[in-house]
Amino acid sequence: MTKLRPDLAIIARNVSAGARVLDIGCGDGALMTALREHRQVDARGLELDAANVAQAVGRGLSVVQGDADYDLGDYPNKCFDYAILSQTLQTTRRPDLVLDHLLRIGRQAFVSFPNFAYWRVRASLLAGGRMPVTPHMPSLWYETPNIHHTTIDDFRAFLQNREVSVTGQWFLTGNRQRRGGLANLMAEHAVFLLKKD
Amino acid sequence: MGADERFGLNKGVRLMGPVQLDNGNAFAPLDFAYECYGDLNADKSNAVLICHALTMDQYVASAHPVTGKDGWWVNMVGPGKPIDTGRYCVICINVLGSCMGSSGPASIDPGTGEPYAMDFPVITIADMVRAQAILLDHLGIETLAAVIGGSMGGMQALCWASLYPQRVRSAVVIASAARHSAQNIAFHEVGRQAVMADPNWRGGDYYGDDTPPAKGLSVARMAAHITYMSEAGLTEKFGRNLQDRDAKSFGFDADFQIESYLRHQGISFVDRFDANSYLYITRAMDYFDLAEAHGGILSAAFQGSKTRFCLISFDSDWLYPTAESRRIVHALNAAGAPTSFVELSSPFGHDAFLIDAPEMNRIVSGFLGTGQ
Repeated sequence: MTKLRPDLAIIARNVSAGARVLDIGCGDGALMTALREHRQVDARGLELDAANVAQAVGRGLSVVQGDADYDLGDYPNKCFDYAILSQTLQTTRRPDLVLDHLLRIGRQAFVSFPNFAYWRVRASLLAGGRMPVTPHMPSLWYETPNIHHTTIDDFRAFLQNREVSVTGQWFLTGNRQRRGGLANLMAEHAVFLLKKD
Repeated sequence: MGADERFGLNKGVRLMGPVQLDNGNAFAPLDFAYECYGDLNADKSNAVLICHALTMDQYVASAHPVTGKDGWWVNMVGPGKPIDTGRYCVICINVLGSCMGSSGPASIDPGTGEPYAMDFPVITIADMVRAQAILLDHLGIETLAAVIGGSMGGMQALCWASLYPQRVRSAVVIASAARHSAQNIAFHEVGRQAVMADPNWRGGDYYGDDTPPAKGLSVARMAAHITYMSEAGLTEKFGRNLQDRDAKSFGFDADFQIESYLRHQGISFVDRFDANSYLYITRAMDYFDLAEAHGGILSAAFQGSKTRFCLISFDSDWLYPTAESRRIVHALNAAGAPTSFVELSSPFGHDAFLIDAPEMNRIVSGFLGTGQ
């Protein structure tokens, strides 16, 4: 098996064995495969791209072609132990509504996203005056799927407003996990485990 | 199992059933014509049932006895193909109501010694499935590794999973729907009225003479055939091209290639299909609404199902559009059934499921291959 992307590896390590999981924006099913093989997880996926869906179904995964912005409404309440949204929140039309659905469908939700307040992003914008292009945000402004960039602090404020509790948080810089101090400045990427009572 | 006379090609059997029909009556005897490819394994766990569409038949991967043409799904079924007859015992049964050897309106009613004609009961998709279950009992097959079908075959696959959840480990539903829409019913009604308007139809009692309602059935087929293709596909294939001429005739010959093509489709269809069967099977499809028996809640049809589902739709299919597949997917999600779904891109409209498509092949073989 190929190595998981670091944020996915964090999620994979923290999903309890035997859980029921919905991976929204599951791509070709890399995380689902790892969860199924190593943690006996009953994983289901939602993915926009038909070629990715075909590849995932070819791996024996249960993946439905659909759009996080439109197709989450059809899942019943709390029908999964975890709903996972990795590197997808910033690509949705209405991240707030998607997050509501996530916390409705799953008892807990993993959300990972690139931090737009990472110091290199700030520096590139400040010094160069151009939209930043980084390993986590490799696209130019006009072709990027990321239409709702956020920062770790913005996300935390958003959670607080909505009375969503954070039950776990992990930060990454250059594919390595780092401590939470000054995360909004120092972390390139964040993974949150969320819960709404 | 090589010596087992129940398995093999060109098989037929009469079973006493009876099958309990949705119209409230029981029906017997039941004639079945079916094809089996590949061997059933010792624990009988590798049986795959393929359900055919409206005008198809059991000859899924063998030459058609009337037309001599290849089986209708040779791309999909065979040794090393996505539905691998080297691994699976693949069974395809002519549906109840059809005309290729299973009981239908052209069959002889043992009570009268005459063809049933319009005395054949009006059947439903569920009735076809209940009848198939009787044949599988006869074959000693309790559970199916998969039930697979496109179009009306997909309706049967859904019905199988709903009626017999313990007997179906997985279901593949391609270019199909869980109900017939008003538009679907409308096109079928045009076809039926074309048949019935043919003076040769004679209330369905045309079997004695050699004059079936060929004109009516041919027109029905022409109208239906348009619904199997896409506008873009028609334009690409025919455009406004003229047929064997340089100028319009200012008459009513088949000036355009599309006219000539449709006429050919209509005429060749009547050689291999019975007009009354066309009435009965289109009626069964029109009556199909899987949610109806569950208070209109489609997910209730699959509640507690352990069956794995795989649905495929095609973007140019306007007969059973992607929205109909999505409706099924939503119901399956609500029921908690393991479900895969993808919409594939194709210019071929509804008929795309019959045409060799690498993406479809990959999905079906991947889905089946991991279901062991």
